[in-house]
Amino acid sequence: MISRFEVQETNKMIQEANLDIRTITMGISLLDCISGDMDKLCENIYNKITTCAKDLVSVGEQISKKYGIPIVNKRISVTPIALVAGATKATSYVPIAKTLDRAAEAAGVNFIGGFSALVQKGMSPADRVLIESIPEALSVTERVCSSINVGCTKSGINMDAVKLIGEVIKQTAEYTADRESIGCAKFVVFCNAPDDNPFMAGAFHGVGEHDTVINVGVSGPGVVKKALEQVREADFETLCETVKRTAFKITRAGQMVAEEASKMLDVPFGIIDLSLAPTPAIGDSIAEIFEEMGLEMAGAPGTTAALAILNDSVKKGGVMASSYVGGLSGAFIPVSEDHAMIKAAEAGALTLEKLEAMTCVCSVGLDMVAIPGDTSAKTISGIIADEMAIGMINAKTTAVRIIPVQGKGVGECVEFGGLLGRAPIMPINSYNCDRFIDRGGRIPAPIHSFKN
Amino acid sequence: MKGIITVVGKDQVGIIAKVCTLLSDANVNILDISQTILQGYFNMMMIVNLEANTMSFDELVDSLNELGKALEVDIRLQHEQIFDSMHRI
Repeated sequence: MISRFEVQETNKMIQEANLDIRTITMGISLLDCISGDMDKLCENIYNKITTCAKDLVSVGEQISKKYGIPIVNKRISVTPIALVAGATKATSYVPIAKTLDRAAEAAGVNFIGGFSALVQKGMSPADRVLIESIPEALSVTERVCSSINVGCTKSGINMDAVKLIGEVIKQTAEYTADRESIGCAKFVVFCNAPDDNPFMAGAFHGVGEHDTVINVGVSGPGVVKKALEQVREADFETLCETVKRTAFKITRAGQMVAEEASKMLDVPFGIIDLSLAPTPAIGDSIAEIFEEMGLEMAGAPGTTAALAILNDSVKKGGVMASSYVGGLSGAFIPVSEDHAMIKAAEAGALTLEKLEAMTCVCSVGLDMVAIPGDTSAKTISGIIADEMAIGMINAKTTAVRIIPVQGKGVGECVEFGGLLGRAPIMPINSYNCDRFIDRGGRIPAPIHSFKN
Repeated sequence: MKGIITVVGKDQVGIIAKVCTLLSDANVNILDISQTILQGYFNMMMIVNLEANTMSFDELVDSLNELGKALEVDIRLQHEQIFDSMHRI
């Protein structure tokens, strides 16, 4: 029999520590929508998405009410559009982005991911058209998210794509200059991108997946922080055990919601993503956990170690709580979406270089980082290449979501609003890497990728 | 199917009576009640059987919420599975 203490503990997590299910994401394959005619393709895509996801939002709300736990986002990911659109021979895929936007609106979801291409080894003509369509696509749509995988441990890094994407990010910032360059907040470049990530902006539906699938992202940095408040003076063993126990409970809630959603929608359950994802709300922050662990601010010496402990303990606790774990599964450190990270960046405690070090031990990378608008495309490519190298060599996912905010410089701040938060413009290393980026070609796969 | 009802708020006369009347009207059977007053705050947990209720689960959640607002206490009804999932392996 459930005890009052257990009921209280769960409800306190929900009411006081912002425990929630961060997202139920429905992955939808668009491979059966392919047509040589652009209008027909768009019609097929719209019809498939609005049919498969018609009950997604209402089911999310029903589950939320039944268990009394908030389900913050309901989202959709689709097959990378470059794989679906090639047959049209079109020179722009903006009409497809607009179709995705309309379908997302009709389904009632706030984001749809999959305006994507996988170019880790080379680019097909369709991949190139997609990449070149990104700036306009992200400026004329609201809900569409885009991602490009430019590297992986098995193939190395496609430096031609890295170079092109530096330019695409600059253009995207310019196209949305009137809205604080917000287009870049909806675009991620990956190394080792997972096929089943439920989190935006990097979600897409991989080619090896079911026709439709339900992936769930849990969260709860506030719950971890509250739990650590009880063991403030304890040693690392106790610290890690506390995080593990908390992560277990959070993930069990996610597993239950995922199973229920899968049953109600009659769609197979894919994975639980064990990531801790912050929001700009007080008490829902990763950097607050660092402070609770004993660091004055995020970025202080010890931050990488603190993040490593947190990330590893969350996984150890979460893995046993779920039958299938996947996606990114690691702590997110988006600067603009975490009030204590913003504070640390403003104080100068947290620098781009420290963030880069932190990405060696957590799932994502330079996430929601605002940099000066006059940063060159090649410098952005250099920053991307560094992150991709960390991912490739360490056989892990890394990502860059960076925003060169037009018309703004170091010391200024940019407001994105809502879940995207606000970010101080961070200084970047001013020395140039032009000749390195101009080399072009491909970085070979690392030696330890040859496991056969 | 079992539900867990929690009531938390400032103590006053008749909280249990009013919650129980609502449940009785909806043909919800109460299996277990535990209640305490902590520093003037009323704290109650009920386990209820929802198999023969005449209201839908959603309607029951809404009417308990409304009653909570009228009594200025927080009343929640949740499916018991969330607690089972989080606290039992």
